[in-house]
Amino acid sequence: MTSALHVSARPGFALAGAILLLVLPLGLLAVDQPFYIVLASRILVFALIASSLNLLIGYGGMISFGHAAFVGIGAYTVAGLMQAGIVSAWLAWPIAMLAGAVLALGIGWISLRTSGVYFIMITLAFAQMAYYAIISLKLLGGDDGLSLGGRSALLPGIDLKADLSFYYVALACFAASLAFLHRLINAELGRALQGVRDNETRMEALGFPTYRIKLAAFIIAGALAGLGGALLANLTGLVSPSLLHWTQSGALMIMVILGGAGRLLGGAIGAAVLLIIEEVLRDYTIHWQLGVGVVLLAIVLFAPSGLAGGLAGLRQRRQA
Amino acid sequence: MTRLIAAALIALPLALPAAAADKVKIGFMSTLSGPGAALGVDMRDGFNLVVKNAGGKLGGLAAEVAVVDDEQKPDTARQAVERFTKRDRVDVITGVVFSNVLLPVLPSILESGTIFISPNTGPEDYAGDKCHPRFFVASWQNEDVPGAMGQKVQDLGKKNVFLIAPNYPGGRETLNGFKRYYKGGYADEVYTKLGQLDYAAEIADIRAKKPDAVFFFLPGGMGINFIKQYASAGLAKDIPLYTPGYSADEDTIKAVGEQLVGVLNSSQWAHDLDNPANKKFVADFQKEYGRLPTMYASQSYDAALMLDAAIKAVQGKVEDKDALAKALRTAKFDSVRGKFRLNNNNYPVQDYYLREVVKDASGRITNRTVGKIFSDHGDAFASKCKMG
Amino acid sequence: MTLILFVEQCLNGVQLGLMLFLLAAGLTLVFGIMDMINLAHGSLYMIGAYLAATVIEATGSFLLGAGAAMIGTGLIGAALEVSLFRQLYRRSHLNQVLATFALILIANETVRMIWGAQPILLNMPEALAGPVEPVEGFRYPAYRLAVIAVGAAVALLLYVMVVHTRLGMRVRAGASDRDMANVMGVDTRRLFTLVFAIGAGLCALAGAMLGPILAVQVGMGENILILAFVVIVIGGIGSIRGALVGALLVGLIDTAGRAFLPGLLRHVFPPTIASEAGPALASILIYVLMASVLYFRPRGLFPARG
Repeated sequence: MTSALHVSARPGFALAGAILLLVLPLGLLAVDQPFYIVLASRILVFALIASSLNLLIGYGGMISFGHAAFVGIGAYTVAGLMQAGIVSAWLAWPIAMLAGAVLALGIGWISLRTSGVYFIMITLAFAQMAYYAIISLKLLGGDDGLSLGGRSALLPGIDLKADLSFYYVALACFAASLAFLHRLINAELGRALQGVRDNETRMEALGFPTYRIKLAAFIIAGALAGLGGALLANLTGLVSPSLLHWTQSGALMIMVILGGAGRLLGGAIGAAVLLIIEEVLRDYTIHWQLGVGVVLLAIVLFAPSGLAGGLAGLRQRRQA
Repeated sequence: MTRLIAAALIALPLALPAAAADKVKIGFMSTLSGPGAALGVDMRDGFNLVVKNAGGKLGGLAAEVAVVDDEQKPDTARQAVERFTKRDRVDVITGVVFSNVLLPVLPSILESGTIFISPNTGPEDYAGDKCHPRFFVASWQNEDVPGAMGQKVQDLGKKNVFLIAPNYPGGRETLNGFKRYYKGGYADEVYTKLGQLDYAAEIADIRAKKPDAVFFFLPGGMGINFIKQYASAGLAKDIPLYTPGYSADEDTIKAVGEQLVGVLNSSQWAHDLDNPANKKFVADFQKEYGRLPTMYASQSYDAALMLDAAIKAVQGKVEDKDALAKALRTAKFDSVRGKFRLNNNNYPVQDYYLREVVKDASGRITNRTVGKIFSDHGDAFASKCKMG
Repeated sequence: MTLILFVEQCLNGVQLGLMLFLLAAGLTLVFGIMDMINLAHGSLYMIGAYLAATVIEATGSFLLGAGAAMIGTGLIGAALEVSLFRQLYRRSHLNQVLATFALILIANETVRMIWGAQPILLNMPEALAGPVEPVEGFRYPAYRLAVIAVGAAVALLLYVMVVHTRLGMRVRAGASDRDMANVMGVDTRRLFTLVFAIGAGLCALAGAMLGPILAVQVGMGENILILAFVVIVIGGIGSIRGALVGALLVGLIDTAGRAFLPGLLRHVFPPTIASEAGPALASILIYVLMASVLYFRPRGLFPARG
């Protein structure tokens, strides 16, 4: 059950997890439940986005309260390009990532000069600017949002409109991002980033360019969130300013903290658990948000290191 | 962990694949919270009334009506539609109030083969080029009701009208409808954010521009607040308000009362229309819910009657969607608004009336029908529709 | 543009600003003194509005409703502080954000369970429902004028309280240096509970007074909460004076954006575009102001801490 947490240490379990994710939709098709393939795709997309935020919160100690802006710009890039007749995923998705990265460069450039609670507030301010900027742009649908004419074109023969194809593409993107993050965290930049998180003054004294390290992480997270936005636009077929609303940023933070900030799979677990709780509770009561709220509150009070952290703690105790 | 997720996924309540039609499944997605909630609630109640009167059935089939709240958000609606079409596999979806919710999700509803009956918004796109054999409108095209009011304001000889509506497809089409029949001048044309509730800035603007009439389209709580604030600014006595019936109906009257008395409005229906179906509807609705129905309730009630007739016509074989759609097109039922038929684009052809909010003999404030504006009126876009 | 229109729009801006101040006052003290990010502050505003609506509908008295809402919400605030927030003061900001976000969800759903999903549309008190004509030829809604008067009175009262009373002295001591205040013998536990309760009561007052202008509905706190954060960041976290200036600035910019920008933009764009871009640009301006303050004067225009 704790297998997936050991991706780095125990490749066997990573393989098992991968195989499971690969055959899951086939099983769902076999029992004629395409809806749950869509749900699983949604989880994968949010897992990717939450993982990108986890790089900032968990590994960089940067509590960004504006991550929805990067997701939003990625989604709007794909929608806007599609409106302009550019449907190729090979073109649109990298541009979406680039847009996320450029926006992150701009926001990070200024925001990272502040710290603590001021950083939280300034990222919120920039995300709100992006939110209202989108509303003011009639070209991109303004307050109405924009419907996508279809889904991006990937390769001849792969129709992203099919739920199954989309699932596998989302899975590939998620897996690639996670592998990338894993390498990054263990590479020099990633280690330096974690050093900055733990003690910025010391890292500075040791001669590390801490500002630039944080900015690099911010840009990478922005690019990945942009990719997540591109996938999300394709999944839902519509983009609207609500993608950039501050509550969306809040929900992403919740996923990260719920799953476990600073754990490789923290974002993914948080996204999966939150979306599944929602889906299950929704069938039983219209007041499902109450349940989500209570669970979240309990986690903050009793398991502040998140689910992944809590599980890891349990395991350590067992091994001891 | 991943395995746990997978297990949880598979263990979720699985809906059985649709067997032979022993029931008809209806996805009723409407706005049941927020400032537009009164509209959605009335539509839900109107629809349920038909099902209830028939002992839980539509067209002789057991009717399973799944009601969900779209929160007036396209994203929420989008997910609800996925559930309806891919998980619950409903036969028909209906209930949507707002065009900005419907337009983004309509393509995927129609692509899935599901039939959609609109009990409220009748968007321009789908009346013309994009008309679709499985898309039906039981209410009106968005331009029709305001168009009737535009005609009336034109007839009244107004020369300088101030227009205000929310900035969303329904709002823009509504003002277009007004402008199609009103030919005089304009003091201004203002669009506000959908869901805005404080109209201080706009009302100050009206006062400064001194129009000779104000035409406003602000459905639900927006209109209620606008009317109250308009009165509290002292403008109500100087500059008359005109509105499509939506903002002068029972839900608004209940909230603002006196301030609406004397307001002229247009509608395809009124609770005092003299026909047997309407008398039964109004009486039943009052008995069941303890209030007078609005035009929203009447539209949704008619949508259910239409569906009821169509299911009867195909003898309960709702799994054949082509046949059901064909039957809906020609469904014969006693509409509460009297004469009613569907045009080639599946939008209504009907009469439009002028109503006035009055205080009746018993002191009750309510609408009274005072005339007819359009007869046998179809929308302006039907000629662009290629369906025969 | 006439002078009358200009004055009227300014009054509208001041009215919005003063209501924002009522929300921001509590928020800035909680933030400043307890170093606590409370996203659920907007929920207290919502709860206050619902309590007010309930009492007003039951008794028909607006004053009674507003009073009951202030007391009721103050008590709820105090209970929340004692049971939950106290545990969060020493936690990281991240934990505070998450916990109070969870509280928003819980508050929204609880309110929905009790009062339903449909909004309650309050009427203005009968006596204030019409316009007044303070100057010949200039009419203004009496209710909005009353809201301005109450808002200004509360602002004055708070100012006097913070600057000239013992309680205020303790509050200021707590805001500028909590540990020192502790050492000097200020009972910070009781002080915190009191400050929290007063903040909640002010939220309820704003909720009651905005009820007839807006709508009492689930989720009403979310957007206004963010504006309240903008206000306190601009004014300086922990500063009442800053909150007042920030609130008036935000209120005036927002109203000006809605009132005048669409008209200006309409010289260039069609009405549907101008109407959407105008208010959005005003909102962007507000956040640009906030980001600039954070960047150039992170402690705000009126820093509370020396």
